[in-house]
Order: sequence, then C-alpha cells, then structure tokens
Amino acid sequence: MTIASEYAVWAEGLTKSFKTTKALAGVDLAVRTGTVHGVLGPNGAGKTTAVRILTTLLRADAGRALVGGFDVTAEPARIRSQIGLTGQYASVDEMLTGAENLHLIGRLLGLTRPQAKTRAGELLERFELSHAADRAAKTYSGGMRRRLDLAASLVGGPRILFLDEPTTGLDPRSRGELWSIVRELVAEGVTVLLTTQYLEEADQLADDIAVIDHGRVIASGAPEELKSKVGGQVLYVRPERVVDAAAVSGLLAGIAGREVSVEGDGLAVPVTDTKVMPAAALRLQEAGIDVAEFALRRPSLDEVFLTLTGGPAEDAVPAA
Amino acid sequence: MSTLTAVVPSPARQQGLSAHLRNIASIAWRSLVQIKHNPMELLDLSVQPVMFLLLFTFMFGGQMAGSPQEYLQYALAGLIVQNSVFTALNTAVGLHTDVAKGVYDRFRSLPIGRPVPLIGRIVADLAKQVWAIALMIVLGLIIGFDLGGGVGGVLASVALLLVFTLAMSWLNVLLGLVAGSEEKVMMFGFTIAMPLSFTSSAFVRTDTLPSALQFWAEKINPITAIADSVRALLDGTPVGNSVVVTLIWAAGLALVFFPLAMRAYRAKLS
Repeated sequence: MTIASEYAVWAEGLTKSFKTTKALAGVDLAVRTGTVHGVLGPNGAGKTTAVRILTTLLRADAGRALVGGFDVTAEPARIRSQIGLTGQYASVDEMLTGAENLHLIGRLLGLTRPQAKTRAGELLERFELSHAADRAAKTYSGGMRRRLDLAASLVGGPRILFLDEPTTGLDPRSRGELWSIVRELVAEGVTVLLTTQYLEEADQLADDIAVIDHGRVIASGAPEELKSKVGGQVLYVRPERVVDAAAVSGLLAGIAGREVSVEGDGLAVPVTDTKVMPAAALRLQEAGIDVAEFALRRPSLDEVFLTLTGGPAEDAVPAA
Repeated sequence: MSTLTAVVPSPARQQGLSAHLRNIASIAWRSLVQIKHNPMELLDLSVQPVMFLLLFTFMFGGQMAGSPQEYLQYALAGLIVQNSVFTALNTAVGLHTDVAKGVYDRFRSLPIGRPVPLIGRIVADLAKQVWAIALMIVLGLIIGFDLGGGVGGVLASVALLLVFTLAMSWLNVLLGLVAGSEEKVMMFGFTIAMPLSFTSSAFVRTDTLPSALQFWAEKINPITAIADSVRALLDGTPVGNSVVVTLIWAAGLALVFFPLAMRAYRAKLS
C-alpha cells in the first residue's frame, strides 16, 4: 500500500514560525483513510497552525504533507476540491442567510444555480435549519451557527473533513448532535481530522489520537494505547448509599496513600500496588459499607494528558 | 448515501477565464446581497450622501455662494468626490472584517483562484460607488442642479470616478490587510480622507486660501484635480488639464499601492 492510498492525511516534519514564536517544531501525522484522527492539545499547542497548513491556507516553513494524495505545496487546488473545513476561522458570512451562504459556496465549488439551490436545501434540512434558512446567520444561536458552519464544509461532498475545535463553546446537547454527525460521516467513509482541547471528545470520537504540545507530537496511538502507555490503574468505588461517599473517600486515601477524586457518584484513586484492591475490599466490608460498583480500570485521558504534558489539560468540557 | 456525503454533480468547471469571472460575480453578489440584511450599510450608502448634499446646499449655500442654487452648482461635484473617497473605505473595512471573521479563509479553502475573493469585493464596491454617484446626481437634479454636460458628462464623470476609486482601492486593500482592528481601519482612513477632501477645491474656490494652503490645494492635492474634472464634466465646460492630472494620480496610486497590496495579500498565506 502506498502512503497516498492508506493515509488520507500524512505529514512529516512540519515546522512553522511566526515572527518570534515557533508554532510547529516538527509535526508528523498519519491519518488512516476512513478514520477519525483526534489532534489533542491545549490552547497554543499548534493545532490550528497544523490544520491551516494541511488545508492549504498556510505554507509550512519546512516538512512535507500529503492530503488526499496531493502535496500541499505543489497541488493546493486539487486538495481544495476534496476537503471540507470547519473551524474557529473558516467561517460563514454572518450577514448572509443560511441558504445564501450554502448557495454561495455551492456556486464557488462550480455547481450550477439549480444544483447549488438543491444542495443548500438538502443540507439545511439535514441540519435542521430549514426554518431559519432565510434569516441572516448573525441571528442564529451558537449551536445553529456551528451546524451551518459544518453544513458549509459539506456542500462539496468532501472525502476529507477538517474540524478545528468544532465543539468549543457549545452546550452538551449541541455537542452530542455534532458528535453523532461526525460518526455518521465516518460511517459513510469520510476521513475526519479533528482538533480538540477536550479529552472526552477525542476519547469518544477518535480512532487514533495525536497529543500535541508546544508544536510537537508528544504521543500518538489509539486512545487505549495511550492510556496503557501511561501505566498505572485506577480503583473506582461507588457506594450503594451516597452518604457513605465521605467514609469511602477517607478509607481509600488511607490505603492507597494518594489523593482521591470524585467521579460522578463514585470515587477514584490511582493505584500502583496490586495489594490495594483486596485491602480496600476487606476494609469496606469491615466498615459495613455496601458497594454498588468496585472496579480497577485504566486511567482516563485526562490523567494521560497530565502525565504527558506535565501540566493539567485545559478545563474539561464546560458544564453549561 | 445520505445527504451528508451525497455525490455532488460535477463540480469540475473551476478552470479558465469564464470560471474565474463566474466566481468573481458570485463573490460580488455576496457583497451586494449583504446590504439586504444590514440596514446600517444601506444608511451608509444612501442616507449619508443625501444628508451631506442637503446640508451643504441649504445650510452653507447662502453664505458660501449667495444662494443654495449657486452653491449646489459648485459643490455637487465636490460632494460626489468626497463621498466616493469615503465609500472607497468600505473596501478596507469589509476586507478587514472578512479576514478577521474567517470568511476569507472559508473562501480560500475553496477551489477558486486566489485573487478571486479580492476582485469580487472590489467589483461590488465599484457597483456601490455607481449607486451613490447616481443617487447624488439625481437628487442634485431634483433640487435644481443644472446639468450642462448632459448624459455624456454624467457617464464621463462616473467613468473617471471609477478609475480613481479603483486606483485608491489598492491603498484601501493594503489598509484593510495590515491594520490591527476595524476601528483602526476607520480611524486611519478618516484621518487621510477628511483633511484631503476639505483642503481641496471640492467645497470652496481655492483663491481665498492662505498661500501655502492654496499651493497645496491647487498644485498637489489630487482631490482638487478630480473635483475640478467632475465639475467641468457635469457642467459641460472645458476640463483643462484636470482630467489628465487625475489620471496621472490614479496611475501613480495604482503603481505604488497595487504591488504593496498584493504583497500583503500574498503574505497572509505564508
């Protein structure tokens, strides 16, 4: 298999500097065709710069990149006709209506007027924007706006889709909707490169993840691989009665000698010593605490991120 | 296949001159249709010129020239020129907004020629110029302007104004690309346009000015040349060398600012 057929997006040694800052310091990426590739990193890690280079909006200082088999520097026009881009920057025109925006993009993609009109109508319907088709995009809510952005990137039926922080600032419901659209696209064979600050999002959607920090890929692999790379396990205990939570917390802290964190109705503590588990089970029984859930599991991506970057990840998905 | 990935019919006609022209027309359409959803822009394009024309004619006219009628005959050309210079700032503001809001990157991610979004905007802005000029001439006629130059004079004026604003638009493109914020674009633009249009023959005869100012207004300021040209063309009187001077200025502006604007435009890519 050649690089071009196996990987929808492939990059090697991409570097990019702006005046005084080095945004990318040698990024390698390999996105298998038909998968979702998550590029995970905090603000300023270089995610957006990488996407801009891969979508031909920006030229790298050094390195090579192939998108859909075409070189980003040599044949940018070929790439532009088969990619879709949604991001913080590639935006729709707020002054135009939803229908006008999609129609304009259709025309610029070379569709005839009737074709562009039909395509705009289909996408508006699919993204539940038909009722707002003739309203200016500036009047849309955040979720509607993001759906229109996504629809705009799908007008040309792209085979490769770049989503740059597609859910930043969205409420949980809109985020869920967007995730299901991404899954639907992938089910139909579209390759998706997705950047995110949210570990949960990468964990939910991505087949492979590249963790990027300070312009470098510091780890990559499937979510499960990344989790096992960090090593260690987490003991998770959920008491039958919520009132017992404090007691469980104290008990676990005593045995494991580590800080206990609250996860949902339960409590989690990192463990390195395999003797902790039977000890915990015994002590819980002695204390007369009924346990609903008692499990040893791999660390979450949050913990992975913390270990890899040496700093906390950006705030988790906002609650509202 | 569902809607999401539906095969889109043959979008492969994006090469060649006709494709470029069609894309330019699409982008220009977009700039013009925006007006529909943005009443402020309509205000800017229509109410402002009307307001200035009425204020200058009826408030200042009597003291400036003895009667509003007399003054209208002199100042209409100047008002049109000033309005053109201000309207041309739309190119700078619009371009800046597009780049800042990401509309521009959306365009650039599409398989269209690189200068197409820019040319489309300039074409739309020239159309807005024609609208404002026509509006002012029609209103001028209604309130008593004597169009000695006839239709030919009007067409020649419009053509000259378009050549001049097109040349100026490269300065505005540069301004829109390099300025840090929309406010700065506006502030910088007005700082140039305001004194330039007032220290010319646009609104007053230059023979009453102090000598240094008179020298500036008559010999240097390009606004004098274009205001005198438009006035003569609308009146149907001899244009003297003012049209030639205007064209030399337009060529000079384009020669200096077109390469700079293009360099800034390309630099946005690297």
